[in-house]
Parts: sequence; C-alpha cells; structure tokens
Amino acid sequence: MKKFLITSFISLILASSVNADTDGNISLSKKSAVVKDCFEGLNRTTFAFNEGLDKIIFKPVAKGYRKLPPPVRAGTSNALVNLSSLITIPNNILQGQFKTAGVNTGRFVINTTVGILGLFDVADKMDFPEYEKEDYGQTFGVWGLGAGCYVVLPVLGPSTVRDTFGSFANVLGGDPYYNASTHGNNEYLSESLYMKTKIMSGIDFRAKNLDSIENLKKNSLDFYASVKSLYLQDRQQKIANSNPTIEIMYEGDWEEVESQ
Amino acid sequence: MLSKKKIICLTLLIIFFSGISKVYSIEADTFIQSTVNRAAKTLGGDFSKEERIKKLKDIAKDTVDIRGIGFYSLGVHRKILNDEQLKKYQEVFSEYFLKSFSSRLAEYSNPEIEVNSKKKINENYTIVSSTLVATDSRPEVKIEWRVYTKNPDNLLIRDLIIEGLSLARTQKEEFSSIINSNKGNIDALIENLSAFVIK
Repeated sequence: MKKFLITSFISLILASSVNADTDGNISLSKKSAVVKDCFEGLNRTTFAFNEGLDKIIFKPVAKGYRKLPPPVRAGTSNALVNLSSLITIPNNILQGQFKTAGVNTGRFVINTTVGILGLFDVADKMDFPEYEKEDYGQTFGVWGLGAGCYVVLPVLGPSTVRDTFGSFANVLGGDPYYNASTHGNNEYLSESLYMKTKIMSGIDFRAKNLDSIENLKKNSLDFYASVKSLYLQDRQQKIANSNPTIEIMYEGDWEEVESQ
Repeated sequence: MLSKKKIICLTLLIIFFSGISKVYSIEADTFIQSTVNRAAKTLGGDFSKEERIKKLKDIAKDTVDIRGIGFYSLGVHRKILNDEQLKKYQEVFSEYFLKSFSSRLAEYSNPEIEVNSKKKINENYTIVSSTLVATDSRPEVKIEWRVYTKNPDNLLIRDLIIEGLSLARTQKEEFSSIINSNKGNIDALIENLSAFVIK
C-alpha cells in the first residue's frame, strides 16, 4: 500500500508537470487540456514496430484463436473480464463510486464461485448492471490529472504519460491478482501465469477486433493518426464515465460548419 | 389589391400545405431505420461486389451530408482554402467518402441493426441510438447516428458514433495530421485523397 501511495504521488506530479505546457492538437473535452503528440517521430517508429509484431505474431495467433468453438472463446473472455474486476473495484472506490464498487464485488464473487472461476457470466443472467472496466489511468483522469503527452509503447500500443503511470500502479501493489501471483504463498498462482493471463487478454482483444482493425487500416489515409484519435476519444469517454449513448461532445465544431 | 376573402383563402392554403409538409416529413429514427433497412437489403441481397458497392454509394448520396462532413473534416484548415482548392477538395472528398463508406460496409453481410431511441440535442441535430446485433464473430455494438435536421424534409446523416467513438472526428484528426505533417499544405491532403480514390 505504501508503495502504491508513493507511486500515485510521483505519477501525479509527473503527469501534472508534463501537462502544464501542452498546447497541442487534440482537444479531449470542452474543459480539459489538449493531448500533444510530443514524441511523434519516436511514436511513429514504435507504431511501425508494433505493426510488424502484430503481422507476424498477434494477428496469426488471434486468427487461430477465432477458430476455437464460440463457447470456449466466450468462457475465456468471461474469465479475463472477471479477473479485471480486481483492478476495477479499487478504482471504483478511488473514484468515489461506492455503489458500483459494491455491485462489482457482488459480480466478482458470484462469477468466481457459481460461474466457476468466471468462465460463466452468471451475474449477467441475474440482470446485474452492465460492467464497465476501470483502471488507475482513468482514476488519475477523474482526479483531474492531465493526460500528458501521447505515447506509443512497444508491444502495449497507444497510451499517454498519465495512463502509462496508471499501468505501473498495477504492478506496484494496485492489482490484487498480480500481488497474489508474485508475492502470494500458494501453489496455484505464479508470475508466469500472470503474464500468460495478460497475453491472453491481448489475444482476446485482437481476436474480437480482427475485422474492424483490418477495415480501419484499409480505409485510413494515416492509420497512426486514426488509432491515436480513437484511443484518445475512448479514454475521454471512460474518464468522463459517460454512457456512449447520446454523449454530445465537440458540438462547437459542428456549429461552425453551419456558418460555412 | 387582393380582397379580404382572397387573403383569407390564401392564408388558409398556406397553412394547409405547410401542415401537409409537416405530416410527411419523417422523424429521425424512422429515417435511420429506413436507411438501415435499405443498406441491409443491399448487403443481404444476391449481388456482385461491384453492384453492392454501387447500391451502397447511391444510399450514401441520398442520406449522408457528404459536403457538410467534408467541411467538418477540414477543421480549422477550412478557413484558409482558396476557391480553387475548395472546389478540388469538394470533388475529391466526395469520391473518397463514397469509396471509403461503401468499402467499409461491403464487408458486412446481413447486418441486423435495431433502432432504439432518439434525442433531439438542438434545432439542427438529433442523435438516434441503435444496436448492431451480436454474431458469433462480433460482439454487440452500439451505434449513434448524428442526424442533421435543419431541413425536416431532407434529413441527412452527418456522423456515426460507434461505441462512443466518432467517425467524423477520427477523420478530421487524420486529415489534420496529414496537413500538419506537410507544413499546413492542403494540397498534400488533396493528393492523398486522390491517391486513395484511384488505388
């Protein structure tokens, strides 16, 4: 916990200072600052590297994964989502969403027990509210921390300075699953199992988005810019905890078109 | 001078016909449902890929405000275009949009979209909410449609917001990236659009 608090504090200072002088090109909301692509050259190189990796490793594996029977894929996906609750619940609390934290705890307990380690989403059948993932990057955003610069991480892909520090919080005590896997004294969990789970999450995400990513790539003039835009829009929406339905953003842009 | 009786008759006629036009102007959700049905019929029908793309382009020409989206996509750069660049841009953007739109949609077969609700956000826009029903290979997807309602007799789509991600905004930021990486030269964007159209 001490480590986590220190990390949060350092992240807070770093992300604030990075954001302090940004005046870049993508406005994240009417109120918030903009996200500048401070390292565009390096980011584009890393993006190209990730695309290469995707082509030779992730895409073929995701295609193979898609050939598994739908119930196997659904079970795997459910179990991974269930594990993500362990990060979501503390973030619900940190964001002051105590009721949602309670609901997500109930969901986790039911799916882990009745749903056999999360393979079956029993809570969904019981009409629990729709599950929304939360992470430390989002929590920092909710606390008012600017995103800092946009960065592309090797293998992991698009992020911001704030979200990258948010990810560090997971391995510095913020993820109970990581803690139990690496520091827990039990024969069932291990660091390698934790890593396999994370890789599996990546493959599951890639498999679910095979067609849409291909489609986007094929129809983009600048694929890098499209991915950046989509990532930042998604983060903005998640930090605002807004329902994707009827979220009226960027209204001013459209009004300007009226005056043409 | 018109007599009082004639003026009353004329006024009544105007009210009557304006009433008719109101009766026959359709609601935004009905407009989206009928557009989606048209597209689904094309995508589910027994057509060659070329026929399918042609039909999808026709649907886009009827229902999408291509000119408005073109302006929006230019962002702040639209203010610095000269007349010749504007003319060139509008021509090539229309071709780019139709090709990109039809190519994106042609990949889907039998998409089932359910229109759920609508919300008027101001005099010019209504957002229609819908759901792309899940299949074995794809999860359920929420799609919102920004419908331009300024002319109630000619509703037009201006944006698709998929799971909260605006396609128009993504395109605008993509265009901005191209213009900025070419030191603000809009001709570079026009060249990129032309290259996409002929590829």
